[in-house]
Amino acid sequence: MAEVYLDNAATTPLLPSVVERMTDVLSNVYGNPSSVHNKGLEAERVVGAARRQVAQVLGADASDIVFTSGGTEANGLAILGTARARARRRRHIVTGATEHSSILNVCRLLEADGFEVTYLPVDRHGRLTPGAVAASLREDTALVTLMWVNNELGTLHPIADIAAAVKGRDPEVVVHTDAVQAFGKVPIDVDALPVDLLSVSAHKIHGPKGVGALWIRPGVRLVSPLGGGSQERGLRPGTENVAGIAGLGAAAAAAAERLPETAARMRALRERLWEGIAAKVPWAVRNTPAPAAECAPHILNVSFPGLKGEVLVHSLAEQGVYVSTGSACSSRRTGHSHVLTALGLNDDLAGGALRFSVSSLTTAEEIDRAVDVVAAVVGDLAELVLR
Amino acid sequence: MDHLLLIRYGEIGLKGKNRHMFEDQLMRNVRAALGPGLPGRVRRAYGRVFVELEDATHTQPALERLQRVFGIVAVSPAVRVPLDFEEIRQAAVELVRRQSMTGPLRFRVEARRPNKAFPMTSQEINEQLGGYLLREFPQLKVDLTRPELVVSVEVRELGAYLYVEQVPGPGGLPVGVSSRALLLLSGGIDSPVAGWMAMKRGIRLEAIHFHSPPFTSERSLEKVKDLAEVLSRWGGGIHLHVVRFTDIQKELRRQAPADLMITLMRRFMLRIAVAVAGEIGALALVTGESVGQVASQTLESMYVINAVTSMPVLRPLVGFDKQEIVERAQAIGTYPISIRPYEDCCTIFVPKHPATRPQLPVVEAAEAALDVEGMVRQALAGIDVVTIGADAVSVGSSPA
Repeated sequence: MAEVYLDNAATTPLLPSVVERMTDVLSNVYGNPSSVHNKGLEAERVVGAARRQVAQVLGADASDIVFTSGGTEANGLAILGTARARARRRRHIVTGATEHSSILNVCRLLEADGFEVTYLPVDRHGRLTPGAVAASLREDTALVTLMWVNNELGTLHPIADIAAAVKGRDPEVVVHTDAVQAFGKVPIDVDALPVDLLSVSAHKIHGPKGVGALWIRPGVRLVSPLGGGSQERGLRPGTENVAGIAGLGAAAAAAAERLPETAARMRALRERLWEGIAAKVPWAVRNTPAPAAECAPHILNVSFPGLKGEVLVHSLAEQGVYVSTGSACSSRRTGHSHVLTALGLNDDLAGGALRFSVSSLTTAEEIDRAVDVVAAVVGDLAELVLR
Repeated sequence: MDHLLLIRYGEIGLKGKNRHMFEDQLMRNVRAALGPGLPGRVRRAYGRVFVELEDATHTQPALERLQRVFGIVAVSPAVRVPLDFEEIRQAAVELVRRQSMTGPLRFRVEARRPNKAFPMTSQEINEQLGGYLLREFPQLKVDLTRPELVVSVEVRELGAYLYVEQVPGPGGLPVGVSSRALLLLSGGIDSPVAGWMAMKRGIRLEAIHFHSPPFTSERSLEKVKDLAEVLSRWGGGIHLHVVRFTDIQKELRRQAPADLMITLMRRFMLRIAVAVAGEIGALALVTGESVGQVASQTLESMYVINAVTSMPVLRPLVGFDKQEIVERAQAIGTYPISIRPYEDCCTIFVPKHPATRPQLPVVEAAEAALDVEGMVRQALAGIDVVTIGADAVSVGSSPA
């Protein structure tokens, strides 16, 4: 049975070139980058090369990249680091209702410490406007943190316009964007983007799990929530994950190399998937916004009202088609995802939502097979459940 | 001085042939519980079972395992010394010293002398040993009625046994002295407790689980296996019979009145369980049901569901409140597994208004439209048997 993996927003298979690079580093470069001798220097060079690769993809300077253990840690460092640096005079944070749990739960931690947090509402498709963000600012706003691309919906926030609107109102406000789902899917150039902090992760772009990075605009001050050595400017102490970092560098370079083409291809496949589903299951409801400017190329969120997302996931998996309900991090808890709830979906729509996500490795044949399987599985279940 | 574990058992009314069966099974289960990891000799004498561990440092882990062997009333770490009062005195001093007293302690000596050849009487041992310990440990104070520390001395043919500690066991009967039964195991809180209570009466357990992919997930099946694993620690390996129930549920959903879904599903589960029980030589089923208000637990429901078989259905929880079941599940160790939050996707098969007082003729009429035998036969053909509990295969089984 041919497998069709359409859960690339959860994680992606590694590119052979990434595996090769990491295998080489794991096998041959065992030194600690902090060691004074040659072995240390060798490892430091590997980390430095990866730093330049990531910086290049972001249009950034290598010295402004801090490697972390992944997107969650980059987000946590951005928020907690900013909060600690500014707590004396500014104790207000603005974020969105559909942010990833690694943002929302850190904000809740800060609320317990006396910070105030504004959670901006979104519309039916997860969108919000620069005007609404600017209007939420207060005199004591320390930080605005908003994701670039929503992980469940694919909805794209106009992050450049949002950051410009915030800075236009108060240039002292730090702007962070969680770009984990945008990285490798949307062109990023921090020179043209008035944000201060930007998080990325390796395993969403065919790199390894357990490694990510935070880009920090020069002059923006963070106070690390962790104590330890002076690695990564003391912001992320601890011996570097040398092979993982090399993998991130290789994956980022590979993604950037073909970005405009792969994004167009992913978008075409995503639309092919939606058109196929819409043709065979006319009552399916698209939650991902349709205009190209409002959604990332790789994610399609669809509701099959009245069916249960989790049952669909299991049924599709039996046929070798792998998709997800909402975000993998919340699908094991009971209740609907906070993202779908924030859209104002009713129980039938939220409970029957599926997320399909393609990657640069997905083929048109796979999409066609997925459409056939989805149509058959949804048809069977609907006959049973909605009778 | 030899280090031993002294095991007390004491089901009232044990006698004659029963007693031997009980003791033989208990000894096998003790050996199995200790396993190859805690080697030692298990022997029976004087109405006790003794374990002589090869390595005295294994005492603590051995005690922990023996607390899960049904039939054991109490375990004491003991020492055995030659039949000589000087030896007894030294051993007693050693045992009391290990108590690491921080303040005054009320104590007494409790000697028994089944071996009348020993020159001192029980009373003389009590007095002389007590007096000696008083002089040796100034914190001690004699208290015959409310002692905090009892130094027990048993003078037997092969030596004198001394002990101060008594760790309670789970009681009950050794698993294997009763026949086999089949437990209907779900992922919930109740059924593992019911299985545990059956094992406590010496019943050797196998389990059956009804799995409905894709409406229940692979993870929910893992949960059931984990529950069976915890149960297996109390009574040896468990065969888990996993029945794929989806087709029957679908057929019922298509053909049967919605308000009878639960009743009909249960009747099918019972039919399948009875057939499996027949194959494995089980004489009864065990369920976690108790009498209650919800659909399947009214007496009317039980009556209609039970009508498919004459095999006994044991319901050990029938007299328990929910809180009592939860407390028992916590003590057994199944509770944290039972509450793992996997979404129950079977809700589509649960009607909004289930019949709480189904009538047998109505239910039988609804089944008349179905190929009941064929549906059961098909489910039986697709059963997977999983053996749970690693060193379980030989646990508690009779010698070949």
